[in-house]
Amino acid sequence: MSKTASEPAGGHLTDDVVGMSHHDTTARRILVVWLPLACFMFVLLFPFYWMAITAVKPNDQLTNYAAHSPFWVVDPTLDHIKYLLFETSYPGWLWNTVIVSVCSTVIALAASVFAAYAIERIRFTGARVTGLLVFLAYLIPPSILFIPLAFIVFQVGIFDSRLALILTYPTFLIPFCTWLLMGYFRSIPFELEESALVDGATRWQILTRVILPLAVPGLISAGIFAFTLAWNEFIYALTFIQSSENKTVPVGVLTELVRGDVYEWGSLMAGALIGSLPVVILYSFFVDYYVSSMTGAVKE
Amino acid sequence: MSVSAAPPPRASRASRGSFFERLSQSRNGLGLLFMLPAAVFLLCFLTYPLGLGAWLGFTDTMIGRPGIFVGLENYEYLFRDRVFWLSVFNTLFYTAIASILKFALGLWLAIILNENLPFKTFFRAVILLPWVVPTVLSALAFWWIYDSQFSIISWVLMQLGFIDAPINFLGDPWNARFSVIAANVWRGIPFVAISLLAGLQTIPASLHEAAALDGATSWQRFRRITLPLLTPIIAVVMTFSVLFTFTDFQLIYVLTKGGPVNATHLMATLSFQRGIPGGALGEGAAIAVAMVPFLLAAILFSFFGLQRRKWQQGGND
Repeated sequence: MSKTASEPAGGHLTDDVVGMSHHDTTARRILVVWLPLACFMFVLLFPFYWMAITAVKPNDQLTNYAAHSPFWVVDPTLDHIKYLLFETSYPGWLWNTVIVSVCSTVIALAASVFAAYAIERIRFTGARVTGLLVFLAYLIPPSILFIPLAFIVFQVGIFDSRLALILTYPTFLIPFCTWLLMGYFRSIPFELEESALVDGATRWQILTRVILPLAVPGLISAGIFAFTLAWNEFIYALTFIQSSENKTVPVGVLTELVRGDVYEWGSLMAGALIGSLPVVILYSFFVDYYVSSMTGAVKE
Repeated sequence: MSVSAAPPPRASRASRGSFFERLSQSRNGLGLLFMLPAAVFLLCFLTYPLGLGAWLGFTDTMIGRPGIFVGLENYEYLFRDRVFWLSVFNTLFYTAIASILKFALGLWLAIILNENLPFKTFFRAVILLPWVVPTVLSALAFWWIYDSQFSIISWVLMQLGFIDAPINFLGDPWNARFSVIAANVWRGIPFVAISLLAGLQTIPASLHEAAALDGATSWQRFRRITLPLLTPIIAVVMTFSVLFTFTDFQLIYVLTKGGPVNATHLMATLSFQRGIPGGALGEGAAIAVAMVPFLLAAILFSFFGLQRRKWQQGGND
C-alpha cells in the first residue's frame, strides 16, 4: 500500500530537485557533495582493491614495501589462484556452497510462496497474527539458535553433511522470503483474483496462472537475496560441518587456508575474492531487485 | 486442483450454517494446507530449537554426554564469571558505538546520494558492495589490512611521518575493539544508507521548496522536514542494525576470535567458544539465552516503530 502511494511522489521528486539544485555554486557542490562522496567510495572500495591486488602479487612483493610500492603490482601472477584451485579443496567448497545455497533457496522460496499467499490472500483465521510471527521469526538471529540446532542436527544424524545446512538455512530464509512476498502479493489487485474465481478457477489455478506470473519480480528479488544470504552464512556451517570435503567457502577458507603463523596472504585473498565473485556477479545483474528486496523488508 | 476440493474436517457440520460460514471453514483448511511447508520448517528448526536452547541452559549437557537438569547453576556460574560480564560490556560497547557511527555516516551518505548526481545508479550499486560480499571473506581482507607488521594503514601513516612503528591493531585491547568496530561500520553503512535513501525519496520535494521560499536554512529544512518524516524508517532500520550488530559473530571470529585477553569477546562468540570447542553446550546455551532480553527490547522497539509508520501513512492496520 505504502509502495504504490510513494512511487508517484518519488518520480515527481527528481524534477523538483533539479529546479532547486542550480542555486548551488559549483564550489559548494564539490565541497559538500563530491568530496565526501569520494571519501566514502574510497573507504568502501579500498578493501576490495587490496584483496584483488594481494591475490595477484608474487610472494616476494607481498611484504617488501621498501622495494615495491604496495599499491601496485609489477609482475602479476596467477600462482595463488592456481594453488587454490589445484592444490587445495577449494573447488569442492565452492561446489558445496553452490549446492547448499541453491537447494535451500529453492526450498525456502517454494514454502514462502504458499505461506505468503495464504497469509495475504486466503486470509484464514489468525492470518495477521501469523504474518506478525513470521516477521518476528525473521528477527531471531542464528547466533542464539546454533547450539540447540547443533544438538538437533546431531540427534537426527545429519551432522557433518550438506543436508544439515540445506535443512537449517531455510529457517532464516523462509521468514525473509515470506515477508517480502507478502508485500508483493499485497500489491496485486484483488479484482484479478475475483474475476478468475468467477470464471471458475480453483485456488491452485489462481496461484499458478494469475498470481505467480505477476509476482515474478518479487520472486526474483526474494530468490537472489535468499541465495546471497545462504552463500554468506557462516555460523551454522562452522558448527555443523567437520570434514574438509563438506565445508562451504567461508568456513573452508578460514579454517583450512589459515595455518600456523605464516599466513599465505596471496592465496587467502584469492580465496576471498573468488568466493565473493558469484554473489557479486549475481548482484551486478540484479541491482534493482536487491535494492527493492532490501528496502522492501524494511518498508513493509 | 485437488487442493480446494478437499473438504476440511468439520465441513459437514458447518454445511448446515450459512454460506459464509462454509466459506470461512474451507478458507481455514486451505490456509492451513498452504501454510504447512513453511510451518513445518519453522516449527522444527526455529521454534523447537528456541525452546530447546532455553532448556539446555538449565542443564549441564556436554558434547557427547546428555545432561541433567541443574536449575539456575549455569546462570549462577555466569553471574560470577568476569569473562561473561566483560563480554556483556563488549557487546554493549560494540553495538552502541558501531550503531551510532553507522547511523551518522549512513544518513550522511544517503543525503549525498539523494542529491541530483550523474551516475547515481552506478554509485548506489557500488556502495552496496560491502554488504553483498560474504562477511567472512571481507573480514579476511580486513585481517590483512590490520596485520601487525604489514598493515597498509600503518605503512601509509609511517610514510607520512605520523607514527614510527606499525600500529598493533588487533593485539592491544582498545585498538582491537575499535578495529573490529571500524570493520563492522564499513560493512553496515551500505545497508543503512540505501534504506534511508529509499526513505528520503518518499519525502515530497514540495515541502522543501515551500520551506525554502519561507526562508528556512538548509539545516532548518533538514531538522524540521527531513528528520521528522524520516523518523519512522530510521526506527526500523536502526532496530535491524542494532539487532544484527548485537548478535554479530562472523567478524569477531575472523579478526580476533575474542582476543586479546577476551577484550573483543561478544556474547555470541563467547557462547560459541564455550559451547562448541569448549563442549559445554549447556553453558553456551545459557549465554545465548542471556542475549534474549536485549533482543526482545529491540524487537518491541521495532514493533512500535512499524505501528507508528503505518499510522502516519494512513494505513488501516
